[in-house]
This record gives sequence, structure tokens and C-alpha cells, in this order.
Amino acid sequence: MGEEEGLHQTQLLDTMFVRGLKRKCFDGEEDIEGTLAGFKAIPSYNLQRQSLLDMSLVKLQLCHMLVEPNLCRSVLIANTVRQIQEEMTQDGTWQMINTQSAGQTSLDRLVSTDILCRSSKEQAEGKLVPVYSTFTKDCEGTQSQDNSEIMSTVTSPQVPKNLQSNLWEMENPQENRGNFQKSLDQIFETLENKSPNTVEDLFSEVDNSYYDLDTVLTGMMSNTKMGHCDLETFPSQTSTNSNSNCKSDLNELDHIVEILVES
Amino acid sequence: MAGVAGGGGGGGGNDFQWCFSQVKGAIDEDVAEADIISTVEFNYSGDLLATGDKGGRVVIFQREQENKSRPHSRGEYNVYSTFQSHEPEFDYLKSLEIEEKINKIRWLPQQNAAHFLLSTNDKTIKLWKISERDKRAEGYNLKDEDGRLRDPFRITSLRVPILKPMDLMVEASPRRIFANAHTYHINSISVNSDHETYLSADDLRINLWHLEITDRSFNIVDIKPANMEELTEVITAAEFHPHHCNVFVYSSSKGTIRLCDMRSSALCDRHSKFFEEPEDPSSRSFFSEIISSISDVKFSHSGRYMMTRDYLSVKVWDLNMENRPVETYQVHEYLRSKLCSLYENDCIFDKFECCWNGSDR
Repeated sequence: MGEEEGLHQTQLLDTMFVRGLKRKCFDGEEDIEGTLAGFKAIPSYNLQRQSLLDMSLVKLQLCHMLVEPNLCRSVLIANTVRQIQEEMTQDGTWQMINTQSAGQTSLDRLVSTDILCRSSKEQAEGKLVPVYSTFTKDCEGTQSQDNSEIMSTVTSPQVPKNLQSNLWEMENPQENRGNFQKSLDQIFETLENKSPNTVEDLFSEVDNSYYDLDTVLTGMMSNTKMGHCDLETFPSQTSTNSNSNCKSDLNELDHIVEILVES
Repeated sequence: MAGVAGGGGGGGGNDFQWCFSQVKGAIDEDVAEADIISTVEFNYSGDLLATGDKGGRVVIFQREQENKSRPHSRGEYNVYSTFQSHEPEFDYLKSLEIEEKINKIRWLPQQNAAHFLLSTNDKTIKLWKISERDKRAEGYNLKDEDGRLRDPFRITSLRVPILKPMDLMVEASPRRIFANAHTYHINSISVNSDHETYLSADDLRINLWHLEITDRSFNIVDIKPANMEELTEVITAAEFHPHHCNVFVYSSSKGTIRLCDMRSSALCDRHSKFFEEPEDPSSRSFFSEIISSISDVKFSHSGRYMMTRDYLSVKVWDLNMENRPVETYQVHEYLRSKLCSLYENDCIFDKFECCWNGSDR
């Protein structure tokens, strides 16, 4: 049932994309009344763009997990993500971040990785697409609210640095941040901020195992900047059973980095 | 696809009709992974067709000799030689396995009775010599017929060995192995018109080799940024000009082609010509860049034009006109409406090749 919906959604996305993407800001909104009935209609532009972004991030994440990713494919997917992010910046969609306080950071971080974790886990089980449909369904309830906020706020592409650095420092003591990593942070924050009303729902489903997976995942993301060769220092991230092993490996790596930095 | 097909031209009229001339290999559903053909290349005369597969093997087909009484409109090809070109290797430094899959085969122009070809996997290029043997020497003085050495004291007379015909044997022997010059996966090789050098291209660099020298190569293009996070474009294919041995082109994942002249500088990071078709704003989508990525570039035999293949179309460029192609052919336009699905199942990243026919038509 879920798969069918997901397939249906992809076909709808195809119909949307064939027209190219001249942004028609709120034209999809009228189509969506309620949830399931509205879902049968063509999703709004923002939703399908969001869905594409999610798909691309998952692909990138899987790329990073391979020891030798196909460079051309990774570059093309990364460029697509960047393009979506730029457009969202121009859109003013990034405004959600400004309105969130720093105190909610830890909660939001968990939410974002929950979505990513669920995505990657279900990818392994071959049920990727239903995740998009559940996620976008959550978004629909807040769609009108988001749109009105976009109208009223001033566009500012910069993510507030304090929020970003708080997020980053908590997870990762290493200093190597690139522009692309910052962009990815922005994207993560967009994911979590899209549905402020459902934060509690998502949070309730998170259990302790996700905390460990979270640190390892972000560790993996940062380590790809050190070059492809370094990936083999991480154990392959396919099962959540080895969480404690991963965590200790990560701590070991931090320890080594500290020694190197001190020397 | 574990089969190989030859195309045939149709009958009268202006339209070509294409049909399979021959299908080689297994037709049934389950094909072994190692048998999947990864590259195909005719030699200059068209008499030989080389195929490389995922298992590192090269199979060469030869066109049947025409006899005067039965000229054929389509050639029939039969297996000529089979050999194992590449084996899987293990890179201990990076702790990863190097696939034996043959990425490209290029023939060298024929200069004597033997045939030479270059075959490459992700990291190593090999020069193979394919030669025929149809005579055997008999009547050695020091050896018996079965190869055992004769006792020298038993030899009472001398004789001259005689060459006798034998069944045709085709032997392939590796003549050169060019290794360890590429950090990334090799996607193209191209033999120069001087018949002495060739280039090999990976995602970020192009190297120039001399066919006689295996331990060194010159780097002639390097697009690797100082900071890998700034990487937005990779090299997808490269080829030498068929007549000017100092000119080559390389295509990128952003749909651009750069023509470089090796006389201008040792490192050809600055192009002499830059070919790019301006984007059509009405058909722009998030997938525009991915489908514009060029998967193959080939010069025409005349050297005046070049052909590029991107995801949905084939374009013919005049080397004197950089701002747009002279001809564009949509190959499977019907896929344009399905790009999102193709992105999801990764088919949008498939690479296609293109090729001119003998008379550049």
C-alpha cells in the first residue's frame, strides 16, 4: 500500500518536472485539501522539490558509505542538491531557521537524523519511497502556515552562524568544515523545520539507538572531506547492532586527532 | 547485455532501416555477471571487432572473407581470438579491489601482419599483440618431435627444419603494461595520429603516454580543485584529433567540450576552444545538468566535425563553431517525462557511446 503510494507520487513528480521548474509559488496549494484526498492530486512545487532533495541526500549518504564511490555520479547528485538549496534560499524557505531558537537545537538534530536514519534503513529494506510519502503528508498540514510566513519575512540566505556552530560543535570537535558541509547543515535544518507541529510525534518514536547512529553518521559526513582513502577507517555502516562499536571507534578517532593537533 | 549485434543498412529510399545482422552470446535471461559486455570497438578496416567484458576478457571477432562468387552485403563475424586481458587486483594502500572490467578498447593502426590493441580497466592500460601462426617448423636437430631433447651423441646427421602448414592459431600476448598513473577511474583512451603516443583520461586528469615507455607518463590536463569540496565538474571522455597530433578534446559532466592544443603549453588546463550549447530556459529542470552530461565524444574521420552523446540526444558540432551544435538528434525523447523515476533508480546515470560510420554519414 505504501509502495503503491510512493510509486504514484514518483509518477506525479515526473509530470511536474516535465514542465521544467518555473516556480509557481503557491499554485499547488489549492489542489491540496486535507491529506489523503489531496495527495491524489499533483503535489505542490515545494513538496516535490523537498522530495527530490530528500532522495538526493539519501543517495549522497549511500555514496559516502561506499569505499569507492563513482565520482561522476556523486558530483552530479551533489550539484543537484546545491541547486535545490540555492533555489530554496532565494525562495526564502530558509526563513524557518531564523524563527527557531537555539534551545530547540538538540531536539531538531534528533528529528533530522531520525528522518535520515529511517530513510537509509528502509532503503536497505527496499522501502525507500514510502518514507517520502509519510514525511510529505506531515508537511501538508503546515503548508499554508509556511507559505504565509515566507511572504512576510525578508529573504536572507545566511543561516545564523551561532545556531550552525552550536549544532556542529556538539557533534564534532574536528575543525574541517567546508562550504558544502555547511550547505548540508542548512539542508538538515530545513528538513527538521518544515514540520514544527509534528516534532513531538517524531521525537516520541526516537529511541536510544538513534543517538549513537547520529554521531557516527555525522562523523562519516565530516570524514569524507579528508579524502576517499580515509573511509576504510570506519566500519561499514550497515547494521545498527554495532552501535557501541562505532561509537568507541569514533571516540578513538577523536582521541587520535587530539593527539595530532597537540603535537 | 551479453550479446553483440552488427547493424545493416536497408534497401532503397532515403530512410535507413536498422536491423540486427548478427547476435552473439547468450539470449536467455540469466547471464553471468562476468559475461556482460562493457565495451565494443571495430578496428580501422572493420575486419575485426573487439569486445571487452566485465570479467576482464577480450573476445575478437573477424569478418568472414568474401569470396568472389558470393559477395555479401553484410559481413558475418566469427570468433577470432579470446584472451584474458585483466585480472582483479587488490590495492593494499587504499584497501580496495580494482575491478577487472574492461572499460575501453582501442585498436592501433595496422603496420604489419600483427594487430595491436590497447585495453584498459579502471587503473591499468595494456598493449596486446594479436598475431597469427599458421606454419610450424618440423625437423629440429636438437629436439624430438615431441619436444624432448635429443642426446647430442646420437645425432649423426644435420638436417634443415622444414616449415609445414598447421591449423591457424591466433595468439595474444601482452606487450606493454602501463600502470599506476591514475588516481581515479580511467574512462577513455585514445591513440594519437602520430602512432607513437596515446592519452588516457580519468575523472579529473588526462595523461599522455608513449607506447614504448611504460613507467612514465605526462599529465596534460588536471582539473582537480585544491579543495575537493569545490569539485563540480568531472571529465567524462577524451579523444585525439584524427589528423592533428597536437589537438585533443575532452568532454565534461556539465555538457561542455574543450579543445586543447598541446603546443600552447605543457599543461593544457586552458582550452583553445570551448563548446557549449546555451541552455534552453523553457526546458530547464533540476535534472538539466545530469542529462546534459556528455558520455562520449568522437571526431569524424574527416576531422572537421565531432559528435557528442548526452543522455537524451546526439549532437554534431562543427569545430569552427563553438556556440552551438550544427545538428541535434533526439534519441529517446520519450524518456524526458520520466526523468524523476530514472533519477530514483539511477538509470539517469547510465552512459552511452556514439560512433560515426565509415563515410561520416
